[in-house]
Amino acid sequence: MLRSTTSRPSSPPELLLGPLWNSFLLSGGTAAVTLVAAVLAAYPLSRFQSRFNRPFMYSILCGTCLPVTAIMVPVYGLFVQLRLLDSLPATVLFMAATALPMAIWMAKNFMDAVPLSLEEAAWVDGASGLTALRAVVLPLMRQGLGVVFIFVFIQTWGNFFVPFILLLSPSKQPASVSIFSFFGQHGAIAYGQLAAFSILYSVPVLVLYVLVARGAGGSFALSGAVKG
Amino acid sequence: MGERRTVRQQLRLLPVVPSVLLLLLFLAAPVLWSFHASFTNAALTGRNARNPTWTGVENYARLLGDSAFPAAVVLTVTFVVASAVLGQNLLGLLIAGLMTRARKPVSAAVGTAVVAAWVLPEIVAAFAAYAYFSKDGTLNQLLGGVGAAGADWLYAYPMVAVVLANIWRGTAFSMLVYRAALADVPRDISEAALMDGAGGWQRLVFITLPLIRSSIATNLMLVTLQTLAVFTLIWVMTAGGPSNASTTLPVLAYQEAFKFGDIGYGTAIASVLIVLGLVFGIAYVRLLKGEKR
Repeated sequence: MLRSTTSRPSSPPELLLGPLWNSFLLSGGTAAVTLVAAVLAAYPLSRFQSRFNRPFMYSILCGTCLPVTAIMVPVYGLFVQLRLLDSLPATVLFMAATALPMAIWMAKNFMDAVPLSLEEAAWVDGASGLTALRAVVLPLMRQGLGVVFIFVFIQTWGNFFVPFILLLSPSKQPASVSIFSFFGQHGAIAYGQLAAFSILYSVPVLVLYVLVARGAGGSFALSGAVKG
Repeated sequence: MGERRTVRQQLRLLPVVPSVLLLLLFLAAPVLWSFHASFTNAALTGRNARNPTWTGVENYARLLGDSAFPAAVVLTVTFVVASAVLGQNLLGLLIAGLMTRARKPVSAAVGTAVVAAWVLPEIVAAFAAYAYFSKDGTLNQLLGGVGAAGADWLYAYPMVAVVLANIWRGTAFSMLVYRAALADVPRDISEAALMDGAGGWQRLVFITLPLIRSSIATNLMLVTLQTLAVFTLIWVMTAGGPSNASTTLPVLAYQEAFKFGDIGYGTAIASVLIVLGLVFGIAYVRLLKGEKR
């Protein structure tokens, strides 16, 4: 906290690297939490028949339709009451929750594509459900896991509104928010700095997108997400 | 025996618990809290911040009486219809259709250009759109280059500017959906129609569109929802101005809650948006359900 007030205005490298590092923490953390929770949830949904499955998947689908900008006012109110404002872990958990519906949907579709027979062999050999998941299913859906992780990472990296509302101290804000300060008030814009920082900030997601699009053949997210 | 089986079946669902907790705590709770707070006079600071009191439907009554709210509803509908339903949707279909016929390098180049705007972080895309439409921006420089007089687009025509910017930003999504859909249309059907003498338009209207109608419905639903929630683009380009001329519902909710500190009123607007989102969400689920049958 103290560091942020003393060293923030002057030194350019820190002005640049600090926010990018925060973006990395926020996006990496969110993608990791989302992936773990989504895979765990997808496993029983994909493998066991239950009365609970269909309603759950449909509410998840409904959840993907919730406009996140609409819930930011109540989320802010909730964070104030729970004293979670300006907390990076809490922001990570919130962003993971917003990414979860789509992630569970995608993870289940990828898991459905892994044949059940291999797993049954593991069960016969005495492996429990979660052991089979770790040893048999996950290695076979490596690519799908990568797609979900990168999908959430890109989404979080680019998000401006959520950290803009939930993270207050400049030392915790990600690049999307700190870049907004270059923009200044209308009229006094540091175009050179803005453009340079924008490029640096955009490169990681462009690279990640190309990586996934190459690997999974074009409309990667949509094949997992829209077609159901 | 039977009891033990149901216990075991329930234990199998244990891995779902972390997801359910996250969703309940961070999505369901804010939604419920939003409905609750919209009936109070909760505020950002001061006495009402600590002890908000129940005010009944006062916030909603104020919504209807406040001229800013109906104006924001009209602007939101305009924004959604012009930029998503018409702009992104039709342009996406057009580009996807043309790409099926174009040479590979051409379609790859067009695809990259369209997708780039979509993959860029939203704040960067918003800056680019601002730099394009602002008074000394790219558009006016281009117009000046050919001797035409520009305008201060963001002040004179704020809605036109944000609508065009959102079309530029979001068309990629529709294009990708329609490319996938068109790739699934069997070639021989439209070839048979061609043999029977059907023209390009006839083939489009009577064969292609009916075959991809579920993709069209899905896409319309999704782009509508995405556009309904657009905040950053408008906030960076016009901040809702000049004097509320481009204030859509998300921008209005933000202003009321955070600029004027009226959380109760802000959540009332947010609740309206949430209900809209849920209505679309349920319609979308119905649609997919019907399709599976």
